[in-house]
Amino acid sequence: MDIRTQQFEDLVLPHLDAAYNLARWLLKDDDNARDAVQDAYLRAFRFFDHLRGEEARPWLLAIVRNTCYSLLGKRRQLGEHVEFDEERDSEFAEPSAEASGGDPATRLFRKIEKARIDEAIERLPSVYREVIVLRELEELAYEEIAQIANVPVGTVMSRLSRARAMLRARLGRPDGGG
Amino acid sequence: MDERDDDLSALIKAGATRHAAPTQLRARIDARIAEIGFARGADMAGTPVPVAPLQAWRRWTHVGASFAFGVMASIAVMLALRGASDEDRLAQAVVDSHVRSLMSAHLVDVESSDRHTVKPWFAGKLDYAPPVRDLAAEGIPLAGGRLDYVGQRPVAALVYRLNRHTINIFVWPAAGDSPKDPAFAVRQGFNVAHWSGDGMQFWAVSDVNAADLRKVIHFLALTDRP
Repeated sequence: MDIRTQQFEDLVLPHLDAAYNLARWLLKDDDNARDAVQDAYLRAFRFFDHLRGEEARPWLLAIVRNTCYSLLGKRRQLGEHVEFDEERDSEFAEPSAEASGGDPATRLFRKIEKARIDEAIERLPSVYREVIVLRELEELAYEEIAQIANVPVGTVMSRLSRARAMLRARLGRPDGGG
Repeated sequence: MDERDDDLSALIKAGATRHAAPTQLRARIDARIAEIGFARGADMAGTPVPVAPLQAWRRWTHVGASFAFGVMASIAVMLALRGASDEDRLAQAVVDSHVRSLMSAHLVDVESSDRHTVKPWFAGKLDYAPPVRDLAAEGIPLAGGRLDYVGQRPVAALVYRLNRHTINIFVWPAAGDSPKDPAFAVRQGFNVAHWSGDGMQFWAVSDVNAADLRKVIHFLALTDRP
């Protein structure tokens, strides 16, 4: 193995989970996410010489993001919009308070809660979804997110606060309580 | 960021799914990159790469006044490199085998979490009996065993699972008698460990993190338990 390949594997391969998570959230599909990540990695390998002195993670995630958007663009030229789905978008019935007593019930409650959170994020338009995923799940700095999304830091911050407002509205909480 | 953002952050962190990359994806990417890297090898010669300490030092010896010293140093380096390269070749061979085992559907020949099924399976296929330990109680269940070919000989590959990760343990008789403590390395993004004991040498390859691999080896190397 040559030094360049070795370096790539040491620097870039450890970020595979982050890459997959971003692609999976953007594309909302396992198979497409897998293809996009593989594609992005091969591209990254080709452009690896451009990395010098940069952080590998945001650099890689920017490539992953571009790959995902060009995939999405190919499928629908319509641009950014979220379809309204009557069944999906109507509110879940809140589990009753006494349901959280027993252990299986607590687990069910948590499962529903997790599904509700996932769904709320999934329904965000992708520019808002990606900032939530990068900030809350990958715990990246604003500057890194700005680099990945190719926008100024101010835009990242305003998107993030808009995304949070949308999530709060959809989740119906938390407004101080739990 | 106000207090409500903190609450929302906590809710998302606790509730939202962080999708983990499938194991096969890593193997697929790894194989493709190795392929391209190999094909590009020739025309990458001109690409600037950081000079390894050894190369820098060699260059320095060329500048140095004593030619004899340079020759002696070169011989020392060559000897050192030759010693390392056997080890290096084996490390590459076990990593390749690990990747292949993940890519093809051929991870195990004998699928069992019972060491009393896996161990006898190797009898008649190998001229030695690889030690097979049951680590289910430690949260590292045995997935099975596989006959593999590493370093010009058939070897036993034992497959363990840790969470959703696969760990390949390659076992064959050691050249010498003296036990060797585990040596760790990272290769193609995989953690690799090599040690020997009880007349056997062991290679472990996995995408678990280094601390987890250490834990696995710690349990594997614990001397005979019934």
